[in-house]
Amino acid sequence: MSDGHTDILAIETSCDETAAAVVRDGREVLSSIIYTQIAMHTVYGGVVPELASRAHIEKIDAVVLAALEEAGKTISDVDAVAVTYGPGLVGALLVGVAEAKALAWAAKKPLIGVNHIEGHISANYIEHPDLAPPYLGLVVSGGHTHLIIVRDYAEFEIIGRTVDDAAGEAFDKVARAIGLGYPGGPKIDAAAKEGDPFAISFPKAKVHHSEYDFSFSGLKSAVLNYLNHAEMTGEEVRACDVAASFQRSVVEVLKEHTVRAAKEFGMRKVALAGGVSANSALREGMRKAVLDAGCELFVPSPVLCTDNAAMIGAAAFHEYVRGVRSGLDLNAVPGLRIGER
Amino acid sequence: MTTVVQTMSAEETYGLGFDMGRTAEPGGIYALNGDLGTGKTVFTKGFAAGLGVREPVTSPTFTILQVYESGRLPLFHFDIYRIAEAGEMDEIGYEEYFFGNGVTLVEWAGLFPELIPPEAVTVTIRKDMKKGADFREITIEGVRP
Repeated sequence: MSDGHTDILAIETSCDETAAAVVRDGREVLSSIIYTQIAMHTVYGGVVPELASRAHIEKIDAVVLAALEEAGKTISDVDAVAVTYGPGLVGALLVGVAEAKALAWAAKKPLIGVNHIEGHISANYIEHPDLAPPYLGLVVSGGHTHLIIVRDYAEFEIIGRTVDDAAGEAFDKVARAIGLGYPGGPKIDAAAKEGDPFAISFPKAKVHHSEYDFSFSGLKSAVLNYLNHAEMTGEEVRACDVAASFQRSVVEVLKEHTVRAAKEFGMRKVALAGGVSANSALREGMRKAVLDAGCELFVPSPVLCTDNAAMIGAAAFHEYVRGVRSGLDLNAVPGLRIGER
Repeated sequence: MTTVVQTMSAEETYGLGFDMGRTAEPGGIYALNGDLGTGKTVFTKGFAAGLGVREPVTSPTFTILQVYESGRLPLFHFDIYRIAEAGEMDEIGYEEYFFGNGVTLVEWAGLFPELIPPEAVTVTIRKDMKKGADFREITIEGVRP
């Protein structure tokens, strides 16, 4: 404790980013360092796990030191060490988990394992001091699409999820199919601004018998069918129209499910999270839809939407005050579920 | 041994996957090929259901590997779409899964044929737009249990 505050050193290495942060009382970011590896991945048009995890090993010490230094702290000043232990790529997660365990053991600090997706939702606490549970959370990223009731700071209940591809994965694959490259989300966002969102009518996939689940595989196939058909008939394809129409279809279904869930579960507040929530059409569309439904929308700024460690520090604080501690036998859990402890 | 099956709908592709999942044996490896949007996910969902997997089967593109343990045998569902070179699979420890006692299904297996053991059953899904958007020709090579 320093001056009655709780300062947590947090580490995140579940996929692309090697990140570390020092977060005070779950809300104030004293430092947040992200070593972006995206330039490396651009060459391959996708996430390269072995390269990602090897780079984590090379960068992790420097990133942690930079986070402490920027916060004006040493490891002995912090109250706990937090780390993402799932879900994610096993080799990538293990680097962060091993680093956190070593630091916690050496400095005799409590260790707190954090769920990556719960971290994404908790990113909202950093810039929105007025956000408190209960609320409805929508996490949309490259690997995840979840609609979640946040009952309390560390109590989560999934009410909807993707039954096939994650929203961000659909963005990546469609971007590749229309020749926009990686990362798909920002590329489609930019191209869509030049295109007509009503140019092509793509389906909004519904999932039978589960009104809050999502399906993006069918939409992806519809885009590919459209491209194949255009190629066969020699019809000109305007990539920006495809991007805008595809994006509209994704945003519509995310909006509809979210608003329906907010009404059904009596939620007055909705929080977006995850990399896809940096998408400008989703942010604008969701803001309007949520306001029209008489609810309030919370969205992190883009730098807190994509993977970072500040969000892990924010989530860890609420585990810390509840007395949750991980043992030094903490392991990476690639398929970790939300709400699992 | 090569079998060619034509399916006219996603339901039929799911059904073929279901039948193959139902008869899969411990140590079985299934190499699944097909372009984006041909129905690899649909086939895999059927396969998993045939094995008795109860939880939702989602794309492992991001995680590379998803493990399902609720069925008759463990299902190791790989997607090597984002792998840049075969050596990266060592890091994931793929041999423990491929040569373990569960059933392994690998999407985009054709990207790294050197990873796939010769005894694997190869399933290749192809579209033919001339025969309709839902038509699929599914080629099964190897010995099906």
